[in-house]
Amino acid sequence: MPGQSVGAVKSQRAHFDQPLHLRSGGILPAYDLVYETYGTLNAAKSNAILVCHALSGHHHVAGHYADQPDNIGWWDNIIGPGRPLDTDKFFIVGLNNLGGCHGSTGPSSANPATGKPWGADFPMVAVIDWVHAQARLADQLGIDSWAAVMGGSLGGMQALRWSITYPERVRNAIVIAAAPKLSAQNIAFNDVARQAILTDPDFHGGHYYEHNTRPLRGLRLARMLGHITYLSDDQMGEKFGRELRNSAFSFGFGVEFEVESYLRYQGDKFAGYFDANTYLLMTKALDYFDPSREDNGDLKATMARSKANFLIASFTTDWRFTPARSKEIVAALLANGRNVSYAEISLNFGHDSFLMDDAHYHGVVDAYLRNIKL
Amino acid sequence: MTHTLGRPDFDVIAAWVEPGHRVLDLGCGDGTLLKYLIDSRGVRGVGVEIDDANVLAAIKNGINIIQGNLECGLDEFADQAFDHVVLSRTLQTVRHTEGILREMLRVGREAVVSFPNFAYWKNLRSVLDGRMPVSEDLPYQWYNSPNVRFFTLLDFEDLCTKMGLIIRERSILDEAGNPVECTESRDVNFLGSLAVYRLTRNR
Repeated sequence: MPGQSVGAVKSQRAHFDQPLHLRSGGILPAYDLVYETYGTLNAAKSNAILVCHALSGHHHVAGHYADQPDNIGWWDNIIGPGRPLDTDKFFIVGLNNLGGCHGSTGPSSANPATGKPWGADFPMVAVIDWVHAQARLADQLGIDSWAAVMGGSLGGMQALRWSITYPERVRNAIVIAAAPKLSAQNIAFNDVARQAILTDPDFHGGHYYEHNTRPLRGLRLARMLGHITYLSDDQMGEKFGRELRNSAFSFGFGVEFEVESYLRYQGDKFAGYFDANTYLLMTKALDYFDPSREDNGDLKATMARSKANFLIASFTTDWRFTPARSKEIVAALLANGRNVSYAEISLNFGHDSFLMDDAHYHGVVDAYLRNIKL
Repeated sequence: MTHTLGRPDFDVIAAWVEPGHRVLDLGCGDGTLLKYLIDSRGVRGVGVEIDDANVLAAIKNGINIIQGNLECGLDEFADQAFDHVVLSRTLQTVRHTEGILREMLRVGREAVVSFPNFAYWKNLRSVLDGRMPVSEDLPYQWYNSPNVRFFTLLDFEDLCTKMGLIIRERSILDEAGNPVECTESRDVNFLGSLAVYRLTRNR
C-alpha cells in the first residue's frame, strides 16, 4: 500500500440547535454530530471531501486514536499522504450520521422530552435527512462547496443524494458499489434482518435500554444475514469451502463448518458494539432511498438537477448492488450530458470489495481525484 | 506525411467532426483520439473501453470513460445521443458485427468506422507466399491477434448495402497513411491498407 496513514486523529462534536424537519414528518429539535477531519482546509475552502459511511460505519474513517493504536478507521487504506484521498491536497471530513450509535444523536441518546433514551421513539431518518444534516456541518466548517462527496454502498447513495439536493455544493460525486434504489430482493433481506431484531424477546418495543438489556440474539442474526450478502460465493468458497472445525461430522447443531464459525463470530462481534435500533433505522433508510420517486421514477429527470462530475464504480462480484445497478445511474447521467466515468472493477470480495486495498481500484479513484481542480 | 499521434485515420476522423459535436468513441483505448478531438476540435466526448489499464489511463487523461463490453451492446446510451459514434480499428475484433453497427446508428446520427483491409495487395501477397499477413495495420501474429473477423473493403460495403446503411464518405489509406488516389472500388480494395467510412442510416 503506497502512501501513509494519517496517524493519530481526534474526533470532534458539533451541536446544532436549529430543529431539523425530517422526511418522515418527525422533527429533531436539536442534535449533535460527531466527526473527524484529516488534512488542512485551504484558504479558499475549496479542497474539502466528505466521506459518507455505509450501514454500520461511523466518523472514524482514517487513522487511529493516540490511546487506541489498534482502533483504525474503516477506510484508512484510501486516506492519507500519498493515498488516493491525499491529505496533502485534500481536507477530508467523515461523520457519524443521525440515528447512529457512535456518538451522534440517535436512539440511544436522551430524548429531551423525557430525559430517557429515545429508543423506538427516535424519528425515522432518511438519506435526504442525513444530507441536510451534513450540509449544516459543512456550514459550520465554512465549506460552501465540496470538492467531492464520496461513499460506498449506502455512503454512495448519500453522495448521489447530495448531487441532486445540493447541486451547487458538490463539484464531484464518487459513488461506489451503490444503486439508485433498492430492489425487492434487497428490501427482503433487510426485512428479514429487522424481523430478527423485532422478534427478539429482549427488544421490548425498542425500549430495551430501560430494561437494562439488548436484543443481542436478533442483532447477531441480522448481521450474520447481512454479512452473507456482503461476500461473494466464490470468496466464501475459497475462504471456507466445506472445511470442518474438526475432521469429522458431529451430527449436531453446534459449530461444525468453518463458515458457521466465521459468521457466528462476526455476528457476536457486531452485536457487541452496535445498537439494534440504529440497525433498524439504517436498513429503513436504505429501503426508502429512491430519489427518482420525486420524478415518478424517472431517474433521468432526477439526475438533470445534478451539476457535479461523477465517478461511478462497481464490482464484478457484488450481487447486493450489481454493476447493472450502477449502470442505471451512469445511463441517467449520460442522458443528461453530465461528465461521468464508470469503472467496473474485477475484485473477488463481493459488496465488501469497496473497502479493499486494491491497486487498480485505488488507482482509478486516485487518477480521478488528481484531475480535480481546486 | 506526418499524422496526428501516429494514427492517419485520426486525421480523417478529426476532419469529419465539428466543434461542439458529441462524439462517442467505442474501444477508445486510453482516450488519445477523444482527447485530441476535445482539445483540437472542441467536441464533447465519451469513450467506451473494456480493458482495465486503458480505463485507468483514460481517467488519467481526463476523459469521460465508461467501462463496458461492446459485444453486450450500448444499453446505457440513449437513442441519437451523439453526432458521431467512432469505432476505430476495432470492428474486426467484434463478433457481433451487425449488432454493433446497428447500435452505433441507434445511439448516433453518424457512424465512423475504420478497419484494416485484408485485401490490401501486400496482405494478399503474404498469403500467396504462404504466410498470414503482418503489417502496419495488421500488427499481430496469427496466434496473438485480437481480430476475429477477416474482411475486405468490398465485403464491408456489401454488408452496408444489406443492412441499408448509407456510405456518406470513405477515405482509403495506404500503409504509409496516405490517401489512395483512385476511385474504382476494385482498385481501391487492392491498394488500400486502412479504410475509414462515414455511415448513416435511411430515415
